[in-house]
Amino acid sequence: MEMLYYPGCSVQYTAKMYDTSAKAVCKKLDMELKELPDWNCCGATTYMSVHELVSHGNSARNLALARREGADEMVTVCPACYITLYKTNEYFQTNPEFADMIRQGLKAAGLDYDGGLRIRHLVDVIVNTVGLDEVEKRIKKPLEGLKVACYHGCMLTRPFGGFDSEERPVILDRIIRSLGAEVVEYPLTAKCCGGMVTNTESSKTIPVVAGLLRAAKEAGADCIAVACPLCHMNLDFYQPEVNRYLGGDYSIPIVYFTQLMGLAMGLSQRELEIGLELVPSDKVLGKYA
Amino acid sequence: MPRSELRTKTRKQKLSPEELSDTFLSHVYALPDGRKLDLCIQCGTCSGSCPTAYAMDYSPREIFAALRAGMLDRVLFSNTAWMCTSCYICTVRCPQQIKITDIMYELKRLGIKYGYTSPSTRSAAMARIFINITNRLGRNNESELMMRFYMAGRWGDAIKNAWRGAKMFFKGRLPMPISGREVAGLSEMRKIREVLERLEEQKAAEEVKH
Ligand code: SF4
Ligand code: SF4
Repeated sequence: MEMLYYPGCSVQYTAKMYDTSAKAVCKKLDMELKELPDWNCCGATTYMSVHELVSHGNSARNLALARREGADEMVTVCPACYITLYKTNEYFQTNPEFADMIRQGLKAAGLDYDGGLRIRHLVDVIVNTVGLDEVEKRIKKPLEGLKVACYHGCMLTRPFGGFDSEERPVILDRIIRSLGAEVVEYPLTAKCCGGMVTNTESSKTIPVVAGLLRAAKEAGADCIAVACPLCHMNLDFYQPEVNRYLGGDYSIPIVYFTQLMGLAMGLSQRELEIGLELVPSDKVLGKYA
Repeated sequence: MPRSELRTKTRKQKLSPEELSDTFLSHVYALPDGRKLDLCIQCGTCSGSCPTAYAMDYSPREIFAALRAGMLDRVLFSNTAWMCTSCYICTVRCPQQIKITDIMYELKRLGIKYGYTSPSTRSAAMARIFINITNRLGRNNESELMMRFYMAGRWGDAIKNAWRGAKMFFKGRLPMPISGREVAGLSEMRKIREVLERLEEQKAAEEVKH
């Protein structure tokens, strides 16, 4: 199976291990991620803060390009890209006035969009299209004994829900459990990490990040599995500040769920780019490699 | 009164508090489901759910209270909208289905447009730099973004984060800070932008008339 793929800016560099491991895992699942040619930045949460309609217009260019490729569905790994593209698409499909304006913009650029695309996140595709039984069939080294806190964050299911609960999503738990790992109870799983504000005003949002790390530690987790480049960045990068803030050692490795999937499928650490995180994961993941 | 209110800059065109409320309302009404704003019952669910309300000068609920009291300018002078992380928890929980997150975005946009941003926040600067980069390159360049952000008066952060930033760079996780355009269809993006900027203005102007 082949699927059109929207990578997004952050997986080109900051979150390159997410891109690499997602592609490797999809290949194992007999699914090829085909990159959308000449995609542009979706605008994330930031463009919207200055121009509303233009932000949707940028996002819509990607939708138009995807339709030009003949796709009915496009998958992305970044929840911010997912929700941005999804939102433009949703407003386009449900609000004719909005759709008309977007189409005027696209026409000026020689493009058009018919509203026929479906935007999906990779976790949804893995669970609901590929199926966890297919994942289980490919497990070579079950992650027995590994305790994982699954952190869903905000935008995977908010505000549109779609494939899981907005308040208490479990889709990552299900994926990680299918790998043979133990999923610890993690009540903060859908609480926000501070998003972009943690980058700009980290001194103010350290308490938010600290709460997330402490809860995972106290739940007995060996690592936190994430599905978002910004969650990864905030939880991984700011651990020194959190330790100072909490006055203790709350260090815990942050990994992408696709990296854990790859490990269980027998891929090497190098193929999954494990080791690019700042808080090293060897101690807890080394034995599965 | 939060201190940030007292130190507003007045570089851009100033609006009276009434004009500001009208402009805000006309823009919000133009958003999908924007009219639901009038239905706020001041229950406080949004403020109670918001992960960063503790760091906001005014909590989300207070925006709607301020609007009714004709004091929206105070909210705009504050850091409130810029502490919003777009986590959408308020939006999914609001019993009146008000799209609070979208309204937070509108506050940010108004603040930028009329120069009412709290000096205590740097997120507005970040947004401007981000837009400059994505308009120019078609995609974001994280190194350029962070460097320009630090140079806009965040040297302390730059020093604090330098070692970790260098580590990321050597792990291949940060691009060179200078790069050329990354999207062949940049001119397409520009054309879309021109048309939609114009439509955005037109639509808000129409709403004012209603
Ligand atoms: S949750 Fe909705 S109704 Fe309640 S105070 Fe907030 S905006 Fe108003
Ligand atoms: S979307 Fe913004 S205002 Fe709403 S709960 Fe999240 S941070 Fe608070």
